[in-house]
Amino acid sequence: MIKVENVIKNYGSVEALKGVSFEVEKGQLYGLIGPDGSGKTSLFRILTSLLIPTGGKASVKGFDTVKDYKSIRKIVGYMPEHFSLYMDLTVEENLQFFATVFNTTVEENYHLIEDIYKMLEPFKDRRAGALSGGMKQKLALSCALIHKPDVLLLDEPTTGVDPVSRKEFWDMLRKLKDTGLTTLVSTPFMDDAELCDEVALIQNGNILTIDTPANVAAKYPHKLWKVETENNYKTLKALDNFEEKISAFSFGHSVHLATNDNVPEKAIREHLLKSNIKVDKIEPIKASIEDVFMELMR
Amino acid sequence: MDNKVIVAKDLTKKFGNFTAVDHITFDVKQGEIFGFLGANGAGKTTAIKMLTGILSSTSGIAKVAGYDINKERNELKKNIGYMSQKFSLYEDLTLKENIRFYGGIYGLTKKQIVTKTGELIERLRLSHIENTLISEIPLGWKQKIAFSVAILHHPKIVFLDEPTSGVDPITRRQFWNLIYEAAEDGITVFVTTHYMDEAEYCDRISMMVQGKMKAIGSLHELLEKYNAKDMDEVFLKLAR
Repeated sequence: MIKVENVIKNYGSVEALKGVSFEVEKGQLYGLIGPDGSGKTSLFRILTSLLIPTGGKASVKGFDTVKDYKSIRKIVGYMPEHFSLYMDLTVEENLQFFATVFNTTVEENYHLIEDIYKMLEPFKDRRAGALSGGMKQKLALSCALIHKPDVLLLDEPTTGVDPVSRKEFWDMLRKLKDTGLTTLVSTPFMDDAELCDEVALIQNGNILTIDTPANVAAKYPHKLWKVETENNYKTLKALDNFEEKISAFSFGHSVHLATNDNVPEKAIREHLLKSNIKVDKIEPIKASIEDVFMELMR
Repeated sequence: MDNKVIVAKDLTKKFGNFTAVDHITFDVKQGEIFGFLGANGAGKTTAIKMLTGILSSTSGIAKVAGYDINKERNELKKNIGYMSQKFSLYEDLTLKENIRFYGGIYGLTKKQIVTKTGELIERLRLSHIENTLISEIPLGWKQKIAFSVAILHHPKIVFLDEPTSGVDPITRRQFWNLIYEAAEDGITVFVTTHYMDEAEYCDRISMMVQGKMKAIGSLHELLEKYNAKDMDEVFLKLAR
């Protein structure tokens, strides 16, 4: 449904995309996972025909993003990172506006947005500018869906959104997937990746890896330990001179320590005790997408 | 009383008949890393605006760095630092020019500015880009620079409003190392975040729900009280 082949985008001397390739199949919920500045937005703008790539090519549903730009614009629903809504129109007016622009009516495709829009209906006469962040995001998604697109392109829909609204948003995306919609979504939150069918990790204009979330996590090459102590900061300092350490990073109230396969738990425990650190728990764990991302970045 | 950097009692802000912040009472100790969580629209930004002397309270009182937030705003502003996810740095000034500009704003002497500039650039290892425009510096570095500039005048407390939004996972952790260093140096850190792993790095965590401070305590206290395995679970339980 989406095909990106060796796409390059330069802005003057800045290389935003350095030859990116991936494919999204029909019906997939596909995640583009990476921090700000990794090239995600440039890629979305190329796919929506708003930007011409410096090199390579891309297509959506067989339409070339440069040659067939008019066709592309009819079949994609696009939610840019910064809200695309008209702040001085009401909730209802925004929705009607987007339906009209695409030559359709709200009634015709209401079934597509019913679940999401129901939550907004009590506020349908409120100006979009006066909605909370979570509400704006639901309205923007409704507006991107109202013309029944074949492909939904969502650029960082959950940035700046609190954990509860973020969870609700992903529940909506899973439901939309069940209707057969193809979705490409970008996010800087590594834990969002686990909710996608397939993910591409992106950093500095390069794809680091592409696979299912479970396979990406399984690619982690070292033995990984979760170390819980009284204090992460002291623990990380103490691990600086632990010879068996490959890497150590804070994860909430614990530290994830990577070592070679043959290192026993006892060695870690004794090293920390030597530095006068009280150890609560040390246990082997499976790597998360975030562990893999940091390993690939190193 | 001396080592309390924030003392808030029944702090309230109303906009018309909407109560954005509803009688919040809490205090923050010197050198503490204090997490201030809440859903979008729970009143966090309004509370921060009051605590930084930008917005006056409708009722209730608060002292920050020893100054009354309504009556001693000018003194208050000299003794705090502030950084948000939207950059506070000037994009068309160089790194060095930004430091000099903020040093001047914070009332440092020329000599102090020279010393502080050298220290900051050395600590962040940025001497190779000291004359580069901020607009040409990568995001992760900008965040670290913005934080260092926000504490240039060694304030009693620094307010960080979603400082790591969108930053890569390694830079996010390096940023937190800067926070720990500042706290060890005696600077109190008041921080909001949507990353729950970051909430767990705080000495104490508070949670706003519809204008009220619904929970406050150390991570272990909150996990026990809400019978949860991590902050993500606590957040979901409280906000829903």
